[in-house]
Amino acid sequence: MATIKIPPVLRSSVGGEKEVQASGGTVGDVLRSLSDSHPATESQLFSGDGQLNRYVNVYLNDEDVRVLDGLDTSVGESDTLVILPAMAGGGR
Amino acid sequence: MPADLRNRPCGGRYGDIVQAIGNTPLVELKRLSPHPGVRIWAKLESANPTGSIKDRVARALIEDLESRGAIAPGQTILEPTSGNTGISLAMICSRKGYPLKVVMPDNVTPERTQLLQMYGAQIVYSPGDQGSNGAVAMALEMAERDSSYVMPYQYGNPANPGAHYNGTAVEILEELDEISAFVAGLGTGGTLMGTGRRLREELGDAVKIVAAEPMQGEPVQGLRSLDDGFIPPIIDLSLLDRKIFVTNRDAIVWTRKLLDEEGIFAGVSSGAIASIAVRIAKEMDEGNVVFIVCDDGWKYLSSGIYTRPVDEIENLDATVWW
Repeated sequence: MATIKIPPVLRSSVGGEKEVQASGGTVGDVLRSLSDSHPATESQLFSGDGQLNRYVNVYLNDEDVRVLDGLDTSVGESDTLVILPAMAGGGR
Repeated sequence: MPADLRNRPCGGRYGDIVQAIGNTPLVELKRLSPHPGVRIWAKLESANPTGSIKDRVARALIEDLESRGAIAPGQTILEPTSGNTGISLAMICSRKGYPLKVVMPDNVTPERTQLLQMYGAQIVYSPGDQGSNGAVAMALEMAERDSSYVMPYQYGNPANPGAHYNGTAVEILEELDEISAFVAGLGTGGTLMGTGRRLREELGDAVKIVAAEPMQGEPVQGLRSLDDGFIPPIIDLSLLDRKIFVTNRDAIVWTRKLLDEEGIFAGVSSGAIASIAVRIAKEMDEGNVVFIVCDDGWKYLSSGIYTRPVDEIENLDATVWW
């Protein structure tokens, strides 16, 4: 089972938890497993065409999966997915 | 003087301080290199007139407005900025006589406020817990309501990456024949998109374009929903080979490492970028890794990050460090 770190903006959709476990061999599988268990997350994580919501960033450990293989990125048992909202970033 | 290191006796002769922007040194960091065959180079953008890479961007933004005839008498330049762009704009606007108002989160380090005031900018504060998203939203709203404001909008203005495409990248290419990786911070996306695009055009897939991005602490992720998120319009992810976040803690630890091991007094984003540059270097057997030192460390002094243990730094997660 992979660990998913939930950002504050999504915690109410997962019963207030900061971390959730979910199974799956790819990022897409793990996130769908999460939305199956917590249906309120589905519309926030995914757009209508099943792709990631454009304002959601998902990291395999600390690497943005959009720059890897997207939802097809492989996930191992000891991996962590970190979900973060798209932020403008500070200090500019 | 070793034959493979070139030293220009003088950084150039310029008509005024605005013209002196750019042409920054590329400094090898031997102590941080993991293998003898891998050379890590820091491009010291801290050597710019106001101490940051944003001098390039601010000059390009203002010159873009001027070339389009977009600034009329009686208008005020307005920009959302957590500091460096505002400081650069303030210096240049002061030189050119343009009034400037910046929108900034209220939880940035106090030196940024001082520097802005020093150069004559007016400041409007946005809620700190909304981070830069809040500053962008507030500035856009102000510009929409009042036509006397002219917003260069660094997040969406092609003059931003243009400054790097025509400046930063060219300087790097002039110094190094081979570049295995270029690492920079991802904020507006200007440095990565502009420099990355030029390096890609010149070197093809041999160069990896790597983004280091801030993992903002939970206290500043003050979003009501994910749809409050923001993606700078100039960012094109397809240009990136890797995009890696760096926690505030790691960024600060590495900022100290730059100082302690290489004598480089830099801001927090530079520490973050350095951590990723070294990580990339460890994956290589040989080649050049270039990373950006975005700004100097003066505006972070009051935070204690250079003198106190990282676990004693106040408001580590609630501060917008970069």
